[in-house]
Amino acid sequence: MVRSLAGDGVAYATLLRRLNGHLRAYYVRRLGPGRGADAEDLLQETLIAMHARRSTYDATRPFTAWVHAIARYKLIDHFRRTKRRAEDPLEDPELLFSSADTNAAEAQIDVEQLLRRLPEKTRRLIRDVKIEGLSTAEAAARHNISESAVKVGVHRGLKSLGVEIKDEAS
Amino acid sequence: MNTDDLIAALAGDVTPAPRHAVARRLALGLALGAVAAVAIMVSLFGVRADLMPAMMTGPFWLKLVYVLSLAALGFGLIDRLARPDGEGGVLATMIVAPLAVMIILAAYQLADAPAALRMQLMMGGSYKVCALNIVIVSVPIFLGVFWALRSLAPTRLTLSGAVAGMLAGATGAFIYAFHCTEVSAPFMTVWYTLGIVVVGAVGAVLGRTLLHW
Repeated sequence: MVRSLAGDGVAYATLLRRLNGHLRAYYVRRLGPGRGADAEDLLQETLIAMHARRSTYDATRPFTAWVHAIARYKLIDHFRRTKRRAEDPLEDPELLFSSADTNAAEAQIDVEQLLRRLPEKTRRLIRDVKIEGLSTAEAAARHNISESAVKVGVHRGLKSLGVEIKDEAS
Repeated sequence: MNTDDLIAALAGDVTPAPRHAVARRLALGLALGAVAAVAIMVSLFGVRADLMPAMMTGPFWLKLVYVLSLAALGFGLIDRLARPDGEGGVLATMIVAPLAVMIILAAYQLADAPAALRMQLMMGGSYKVCALNIVIVSVPIFLGVFWALRSLAPTRLTLSGAVAGMLAGATGAFIYAFHCTEVSAPFMTVWYTLGIVVVGAVGAVLGRTLLHW
């Protein structure tokens, strides 16, 4: 970014392409499945906003924080426009991926890849409840198990994922 | 439009950005507004006739230092808030310092004065118009600062609007101080502060709409 601000178009293009991937993942995850077009719109809007306001980046501060602040602003703005309430993942203690987008290294952790390590049943439960956003009751009906079994399954799955992430980090 | 094409287009349009671009932009908006504000002040109210002798007195400078310190803190604060990841930090709490000093000075003057004179110290001769005049003088500065902010990237719009308004109000008060002949600290503390706070409140209300991007 520092080189881009100095007028280096090649460095800037490389930077934008890398951000492109991160931002798309960020928006797709936040908007949920089936909203790919919205995510693409938001992604482009964010890239344009970043470009138009790139002079507000202060080279003495972390670049990821700057990008994240813009992405978050555009996301909240999108929710406000579409009257959908932004669910703050930080309020959900079970959602261990909550900080996954706060820095570039963590952002690379692929949710799908992580989920693949879990047993089939647990994985499907987590995907339904945490990613697709089904209620506990709906998930219970879909899998033909009791609601408390859903809760326990999701909780255990997330917990073991959390342990794995922590192990990898240390 | 395809996102890859967009990236190519954006990358083709990269010009070097000046250092301290945010502060420069804000200073430009502030300066343009201030020039217009001086014109309004001179034509509407006029510079006080006794400016030269007044410059030899303490109260004249107290007034200037008070509003100038508010303006300086406001500028430092908005320079941060104009960035998406900007936080007020320590400046945000320091903003109450000038007011606290003024309140102490005012309390001291009031306590020192005979009871019959206290009301006079508080109200001076222009309490009815002081805050309003400050608001009027601040209008072009307000527009200038908001114009600058609109090209920047504040994400906390209400707060940024409030600080930008406060900056405009304090700068307006600075210019108005060359007209106003009030000398008491209680007067400045109440009426100058009121004028600045009103402009800040307008900024807070309009921030969400005017600063949206």
